[in-house]
Amino acid sequence: MHDVLALRPRQAAVPPKDVLTVESLRAYYINEHFGVRREVRAVDDISLTVRRNEVYGIAGESSSGKSSLIKTLAGAIQPPMRVVGGRVVFEFGGETVDVYGRPDRLKSARWRHLSYIMQGSMNVLNPVRRVKHAFHDFAFRHMGLGPAAFRQRVEGHLERLGLSPDVLEAFPHQLSGGMRQRVTIALATVCEPEFIIADEPTTALDVLVQQEVLGLLKDVQARMQASVIFVTHDMSVHAAISDRLAIMYAGRLAEEGTTQALFSRPQHPYTAHLIGSLPRIGDVRVRKGLPGKPPALSDPPSGCRFHPRCPLAIERCTREVPLMLPSATGGRVACFRAGEIALT
Amino acid sequence: MTDLLDLDHVTKLYPIGGFFSRRMMKAVDDVSFTLAAGKPEIFAIVGESGSGKSTMAKMILGNEVPSQGRLLFDGADIRTIRSRAAREAFMAKVQPVFQNPFEAFNPLTRVDEYLFATARRFRQAQSRAEREAVAEVALQRVGLSLAEVRGRYSHELSGGQLQRIAVARALIPEPKLIVADEPVSMVDASLRMSIVNLFRQLRDELQVSIIYITHDLATAYYISDRVVIMQKGRVIESGDARTVLENPTQPYSIALKNAVLPPDPAQASAIIRGKQRTEGVAAGP
Repeated sequence: MHDVLALRPRQAAVPPKDVLTVESLRAYYINEHFGVRREVRAVDDISLTVRRNEVYGIAGESSSGKSSLIKTLAGAIQPPMRVVGGRVVFEFGGETVDVYGRPDRLKSARWRHLSYIMQGSMNVLNPVRRVKHAFHDFAFRHMGLGPAAFRQRVEGHLERLGLSPDVLEAFPHQLSGGMRQRVTIALATVCEPEFIIADEPTTALDVLVQQEVLGLLKDVQARMQASVIFVTHDMSVHAAISDRLAIMYAGRLAEEGTTQALFSRPQHPYTAHLIGSLPRIGDVRVRKGLPGKPPALSDPPSGCRFHPRCPLAIERCTREVPLMLPSATGGRVACFRAGEIALT
Repeated sequence: MTDLLDLDHVTKLYPIGGFFSRRMMKAVDDVSFTLAAGKPEIFAIVGESGSGKSTMAKMILGNEVPSQGRLLFDGADIRTIRSRAAREAFMAKVQPVFQNPFEAFNPLTRVDEYLFATARRFRQAQSRAEREAVAEVALQRVGLSLAEVRGRYSHELSGGQLQRIAVARALIPEPKLIVADEPVSMVDASLRMSIVNLFRQLRDELQVSIIYITHDLATAYYISDRVVIMQKGRVIESGDARTVLENPTQPYSIALKNAVLPPDPAQASAIIRGKQRTEGVAAGP
């Protein structure tokens, strides 16, 4: 329903250094059966901006709504999910694309300006066709080149990424997991898009391979000056790649700031827990798990959604929803007791 | 005193390739180690995919038989387990916890049924009241109660809760050894450490030895007493977990340790930047 990216002339409201502006975005899964309406608020009032040439990390647990959020940003949602409010505006080199403005014919902004790197590389690459067909399917019509020039461009791009052009003739099963994930990175960057959404691209990889794939991604991003939204639940990966980091909890943002600030001085108790509980070699202190369990989005707790598990919760947290406000470390935080938690 | 578990030059071969191009692949290659009886410990087997760590788990659980060498549990070779009674006696002593709790539990079966079935089989709990009592004790051990679990299906519970239930189920036969294959990799970050700490508590309070199989060096360092590092089926380094992981000596162990991203943005980003030119992807087995 909203799967078309609408292009509009440049608007003065969006400053050009922000490539993506999200304002009070709400996207719910809405089911109506026999007159009973059920809502799952997977993306609940999220505002954020992503600047040019930065890696914006999104961290959250399973069912925190992080996948729903990026699907909504990419305009790739389908019923029963619906956007019930807010705006998602991309600023691509002179073109302003309001994803949920009015539907328009210009679908071609996808891949050329906005691409994705997905978690399961095996699901992206067709197992019975050679890798070159994937490049053709994804990128050919966006590049406006003839077949020979296209092939040349793809080979040049693979070489810049340290991949041999021979992979084009390979079937996906002939490549190792790390190689396949590099091919999907090459696929997502071949059109040199301004914006890349990466959804857990290294979760299924071994440590040594993960390190190489992250290095490649960072390298490509820096060379193209692209903006990347990088989603993973692994805080160590965020430490390695993200410039700024947003922590999601139960469909809302809990905290946002530079990765350095979040790791050294987390303001939200949940952030402090995520960072404090990471084990590291050489440190034998006892780490504690959080009590309770992540809330079900179909029936979230009142007030601050983290309050049933929060060590600092006060009565106010059970009634009022904390707003995202500027934090002491230059980011934003949604907590009535922000900054009171000490990193253990 | 006989050892709890004794691997004596264990090798496991799998045939690969078709009928005409048949070769034998060494999934586990000449591995030896022992776990002493009466001295519970957490023993970590660390390696990447294809290192043979899951094949080790299968052999220790008795699901696969070593191709060469001997695997003794409580002094008895696992090859001698033939009868159903002997197999059940063995299963009562060695219990598994699997990686993905959402796959380990059938989505159409209530999770408490697993606890009751295990109680009936291994604890001879015939009446419903007996089975419930056994399940309640096991669940209390992992910080849950039967009231929270009764009648629930796996999709109604979180990954952390399900993994606790999997551990509770493994505790019902009162095993001497629990084999946990990547038990926390599918569990959410905020619940992961509570599962890891649970293994420690089991070792200290119930005197259960735990074989903790993982690719995550940081949690292995955090909970294990001893560690072996495997590469392509071989044990390349072993010893006291703290000593080995703080100062690995083999090139592969050092590479593994250096690839662990520390929870520190400056250090972690330096690691990925230094590594981006390195070629060579871990080949499949």
